[in-house]
Parts: sequence; structure tokens; C-alpha cells
Amino acid sequence: MMNIEEIYKSIASQQGWQAKYRQIMLLGKQLPNFPEPLKTEEARVSGCESKVWLHLAWDESTGCLVVIGDSDTRIVKGLLAIILAFYNGKRSDEIHTSDVITVFKELDLIQHLSPSRGNGIHAIQKAIVHFSQDS
Amino acid sequence: MFDVNAIRAQFPILSRTVHNNSLVYLDNGATTHKPLNVIEKEREFYLQNNANVHRGTHFLSANATAQYEAVREILADFLQVQSRELVWTKGATESLNLIAHGLTPLLQPNDIILISELEHHANIVPWQQLALRTGAVIKAIKVNRKGCIHYERAVAQIQNLKPKIVSICHASNGLGNILPIESLIREAKAIGAITVIDGAQSFAQIRPNLRELDCDFYVASAHKAFGPTGVGLLFGKYELLNEMPPYQCGGEMIDKVTISHSSFNQAPSKFEAGTPNIAGVIAFGEAIKFISSIPFEEWTAHKKDVFNTLISEMQTIEQVELYGDLNDNIGTVSFTVKNQHPIDVATLLDHHGIAVRTGHHCNQPLMDALAISGTIRASIAIYNTVEEIDHFIFALRDVISLLEE
Ligand SMILES: Cc1ncc(COP(=O)(O)O)c(C=O)c1O
Repeated sequence: MMNIEEIYKSIASQQGWQAKYRQIMLLGKQLPNFPEPLKTEEARVSGCESKVWLHLAWDESTGCLVVIGDSDTRIVKGLLAIILAFYNGKRSDEIHTSDVITVFKELDLIQHLSPSRGNGIHAIQKAIVHFSQDS
Repeated sequence: MFDVNAIRAQFPILSRTVHNNSLVYLDNGATTHKPLNVIEKEREFYLQNNANVHRGTHFLSANATAQYEAVREILADFLQVQSRELVWTKGATESLNLIAHGLTPLLQPNDIILISELEHHANIVPWQQLALRTGAVIKAIKVNRKGCIHYERAVAQIQNLKPKIVSICHASNGLGNILPIESLIREAKAIGAITVIDGAQSFAQIRPNLRELDCDFYVASAHKAFGPTGVGLLFGKYELLNEMPPYQCGGEMIDKVTISHSSFNQAPSKFEAGTPNIAGVIAFGEAIKFISSIPFEEWTAHKKDVFNTLISEMQTIEQVELYGDLNDNIGTVSFTVKNQHPIDVATLLDHHGIAVRTGHHCNQPLMDALAISGTIRASIAIYNTVEEIDHFIFALRDVISLLEE
């Protein structure tokens, strides 16, 4: 898996929206397999028209977040890959002082941030932040 | 002679770009754009004529009231009913809630309310609440796997269930099907049911003659008919309408108020509590004039041209599955693309400048009946062109090949 900087570069370097989305969907395809039994109602992120599942845990030895996820749509899954790469391996305090939304703004993916959008990037980001606050 | 470019010229928004492409707006089922005369009228009201209605003896108020009431007459003419049978609301949703509330005293436990699986949530949920209040039971006319109702079976359901209320759409928002409501209303009346027609999708497209249809209630939203948002209409046959208890209470709708008791005005005033959307109603009058300015035969012929092009082109794309009745249709096509999520398809179409809707379209029971989670919906209006359809088909092919890489 690429880290967030590599992912950022891989999208930012694309010419034209088709190439950009091709790369985003490729990132989605490269996400590690999300086990079917984990696709429970509790794991669903509400507020997304597409289905999005997250599984979150803390790595006991390092205190860092381990999060995996999946979506039934190609584009949201690709966007999810960006979010997961951004938050994975961060400690709780780092999660609170950084914001993946700025990455989306810089990559000119702001249309995916609109509250009416079915793909609810905000909802996914909030689910991760809430998890890190509650545990 | 029908000239689509002359019509497009009345809709400035149609010439804007989206993501650096010309806008192709195919989400007219959600809301239509507004012609200049509507926009200008709303503006003119606030610039020149603003005042509250039905109050005050001053010039502006009298003028605003006259304009506001004049639109009720225009609408009455359009629908072939009496103006006192028309109530202004904020939309089809409010109209349906008002009716479902107003019919509460007429229902007994186990009475049946018959709807169809095609209904918008706005024509389902208010009836469910009415059923909860009264002990009535909701039944639905079924659709087949393409989303069409079986006429004979629907008639049999009406005859066997003997519903107290039959509330169905004139045309489906999710699939575009036009329902055979003339004969369904006749069947429903034969067993003494109250008939409610959700005309949100049919008002502008079909221009129903309510006197001929003979339904008891009919509702629609101005914003789906080239008018402003926040304005809706409710037609009710006068006696039935006037018998219903008020829905909201306050100013405008009362006859006499003491601290302990009030008596209400007669319909329609009884149902128009508070200050209405005056500018919106007045501007909606222009929308009706816009619709009426295009002869119905020309309107239908143009839409059929565009719709038939759309359907025949879609049928050449192997991965596409179409739903709904493709013959009796208001110009809406709902489809899925094999192995692709509707949101992916629509997100990429958006980058081509194409506006379509995805999801369940407030039609969850319909989607359940079709055993899908949602569709992509392209809905055309009078200003859409065959060239736009060509653009849409080109984009759709492009999007599918990108998704299939
Ligand atoms: C068939 C139908 N009924 C009711 C409604 C509700 O209309 P509104 O949201 O304008 O109140 C709609 C709108 O989508 C509709 O298509």
C-alpha cells in the first residue's frame, strides 16, 4: 500500500478528470480485502447513500489507529483509500489535530464533500474521529 | 411552429457550464428550471408590489391580494375546476399531509387505504400516520419486475378490498409510468372510495382536466412545473374539502376568535393559515402561462421525439437495463448498468456536465419490489433536445468503459 504522500502525488499528477478518477478507483482496488463477516450493520457508516463499512481498532503496542474499510461503489472505495491512508498509524492526539478534508480540498475533490452527496466523505471522517474520541 | 431553441432562450440556466462542459439537465423529475417570465415576476413583486394579502385596505395590499387570487383563477382554468376548490400549500408533500389529516374523522378501524408500490414516500408516509391514528390498514397495488402495474389485478384489488381511500400517482416519479387513472378512479368511485391523485409528476406533462377525471383530490408542486419552490396546490371537491377540519391554525383562516373559541373561514381560506408564499404563487401564475403558451400536441410531440431517441439509444447499450413502462411515460427513464453502482455512473456523468439522479428516488417500496437498491434516473422536460440526448449517450458509453477498465 502507498502512504498518504504517495497517494496524494499519484492523484495530483494525473491530467484531466478521467485520469484522476481512474487513479482513485485503482486505489480502491488496491485496498486490503475487507472480510465479509465484518460487514455488519454496526460497521456501516450512516449518512452515506453508498454502503461504507469501517472496522477500527488500536494497535496495543504502538497506540496507533488500525482501520480498514470497504464500499460497494468504486469511487467511494477509492476515496476511502485516501482517508484510510491518512488516518492509519496515527495516534489519537494526531487524529484530532489533523484533518483529511484539507487533502480533499487540495486534490480538488470538494464536490465529494457536499452534505447532499451520497458518498459522504464527511460521514466517514466523523466516524473515525468519533471512534478515536470514544476509546 | 414549435422551436425548442426559442424555448431554451427563456431558460438562462441552460446555457451555463458544469465542470467545463455544457450543462445537460436531465433531473427534471426532481425540479424543473424556471423561465424568465417566472423569475421576473417574482422579482417584480418584491421590487414593486410587495405587501401582505387579505389584510389592510391600502393600495399595495389590495393589489397583492388581487394578483394572488388571480392566480387561483388561472389555475382553476388550467385544471377545469372552481377556484374555491383550490388551496395553496408549500408543495405536494404538504397537500398530501393536509388531506391525510383532514380525512381522519372519516376512517374506522380496519378501513382500507389503497396506494400502489409506485408511490413517492410523500404519498405513503402520511397515510401510514393516518392508519396509526385510526386503526385503518394500508394495502398496495403491486408492480411487476419492470415496475408496471397490472391493470386487471389493480381493478380486482379495488373491487375485493373495497378501500375507503384510493391514493395513487398520476405518473411515477421513479420510473415515469403514466397510470391508467381515468379507469382506476372510475372503479374506485363505483365502490364509494375517496380518490386522491398525486399529480406532482403529471401536472405540467399531462395537463389533466380534473372535471373529466372526477377525482376527489389532486395535488402537485409548482417547482416541478417551471414555478418557484415552496408553492404547492391542493384541489378538493368543494363539499368534501370544506368538511375537513383545518390542518394548521392561526391568522388568515379564522372567521371569529375569542380567547376560548374560534370559528373558521370556509375553504379554501380555512386551510391557508398564516402568510402564504405570495411572491411564489404570483410567479407560479407565469409558469402556468408558460406551459399554456405551448400547444399541448406540440409539447407532447417534442417530448416523445426526445424520449424515443433516448430509449432507442439506451437499448443499444448492452450493459443497460431499463425499468418502467416505456410506452405510457412522461419522459423519465430509470436504469441500472450491469455490475456498476448508480453512484459511480452518476458521479462520472456529472463530470460530463450531465445532471441525473441516483438512488431510490423516495421510492423505497418500489425499489424493494424491483429487488434493486436504486437506479439512475434521467428525466426530460420540454427544453431538452435530441442533441442533448446524443451527448448523454456518448457520455454514458464513455463512463461505462472507464468503469469497466
Ligand atoms: C410523485 C411525487 N409525489 C410527491 C412529491 C413530493 O413533492 P414535494 O417535495 O415538492 O413536496 C414528489 C417529488 O419528488 C413526487 O415526484
